[in-house]
Amino acid sequence: MTDGWFAGLDPDDDAAAVERIQAGRADAPDHWPQRAVDAGFADDESTYYERLHEVTMAATKAAVQARERADDQQLVHAVRAMADCERTANELAERVAEWGGSRHGEAGSGVEYARSLAEGDAASGDDAADEGDRALRSLAERTAALADEAASLRAYIERTAPAVAPNLSMLAGPVLAARLVSLAGGLEQLAKKPSGTVQVLGAEDALFAHLKGSAPSPKHGVIFTHEYVRGTRREDRGSAARALAGKLSIAARVDHYSGDRRPELERELDERIERIRAREGDE
Amino acid sequence: MTLPDGVERHDFGGETSLATRGEPVYGERTEGEWRRWDPHRSKLGAMLEGGMETGLDGGETVLYLGAAAGTTVSHVADFCGPTYAVEFAPRPMRDLLDAAESRHNLFPLLKDARKPERYAHVVEPVDVLVQDVATRGQARVAALNGRFLDDDGRLLAAIKARSEDVTADPDDVFDAVREGLSADYELLETMRLEPYHEDHLGVVARPRSE
Repeated sequence: MTDGWFAGLDPDDDAAAVERIQAGRADAPDHWPQRAVDAGFADDESTYYERLHEVTMAATKAAVQARERADDQQLVHAVRAMADCERTANELAERVAEWGGSRHGEAGSGVEYARSLAEGDAASGDDAADEGDRALRSLAERTAALADEAASLRAYIERTAPAVAPNLSMLAGPVLAARLVSLAGGLEQLAKKPSGTVQVLGAEDALFAHLKGSAPSPKHGVIFTHEYVRGTRREDRGSAARALAGKLSIAARVDHYSGDRRPELERELDERIERIRAREGDE
Repeated sequence: MTLPDGVERHDFGGETSLATRGEPVYGERTEGEWRRWDPHRSKLGAMLEGGMETGLDGGETVLYLGAAAGTTVSHVADFCGPTYAVEFAPRPMRDLLDAAESRHNLFPLLKDARKPERYAHVVEPVDVLVQDVATRGQARVAALNGRFLDDDGRLLAAIKARSEDVTADPDDVFDAVREGLSADYELLETMRLEPYHEDHLGVVARPRSE
């Protein structure tokens, strides 16, 4: 494979040229401008370079669009699907527990109980099981499978979020990063939100209740799941949430606008939270 | 040290700075047709400002790895010849495309610098390999891309310590990278890029003759 991108191409075929730039390969470089002239692809080297500029611009624009669209929107779909699977699995697990309790008395609860029924412990596993047992067991199997689906979507998010939003994933963890991107509707939308909005993303009901004058302002939305908010004592949670949201919005902006890695963000956040938590000793 | 043709010192509001001629890209100050090349925003700019012997004369063919949003590579394209700009992240590439619009010798490529076989069908052998990739294994990237560099060409690299290891002492990281590079390159000059860039090492090297 030592052909240049132009080998065998009609010089006026834009689509084919774009496809070659994007997908072609060669083991080693060569004096392509000269080769293109020799092959009759271009009249002279300056014509070749003009054409090269056109096709690399077109190919790269298309590739950027495809990659951007793919990346953060795929993450949004995945995190929403994960939430759907988790919610549905939990609802079904409750149903399984209720039904199981009516038949076996000592029913457990949650997805774990459904899983144990599905895996068929000795009690319900024999051939003598009646139709009701079989129906219950089948529902338990579906429930466990949905929980498994949620887990594999989570693994997918953990793999892909750091590529889409490296700094945000570093600070928030991949799943919370994906949730924030999803709540905002995309990484660009998240990058454009003020940090006060990021702080309460996911607490829209409480926020609107507050705006109508009937409730206190929410201190945090979905970022509550972050250890730095949840693990900080109640009185300081508002400060911790504000500090975290501030760094998360910076991270989202860096991810969207530059794509650089900024490891120092993590250290700055750690120090800020440490200071907030140290207040405890003061009073 | 002499500056390459097409790079001059100009006065920008009382401050003398490197400058090249071309369309402004990132809101930099301009003076007539000259636009300021800010060493704080460009590692190659810092290498020139710091007086490193880059061997650049102007008009070279360049492969630029890690072009990011095009801040530096736009200046390079202003004074060099055909300039191939490789960047892997789509978002900064969007800005690089804007910079390349008016620069017909600048060829943007959305490619992974660790996979040179994916752009060797486009990139010709070059006089200068500029490398500024914020990824682990920077010496390896330079080695992999050595195939593009002419025997008497130059590698101009900005090595970022924190990309290799956030926790290690930058001096130790630089020692390791120097050693890694030495397998394929003869190091001509290395210099820390402070005060312009913290924990970065500028490297000028040439390929080892076999």
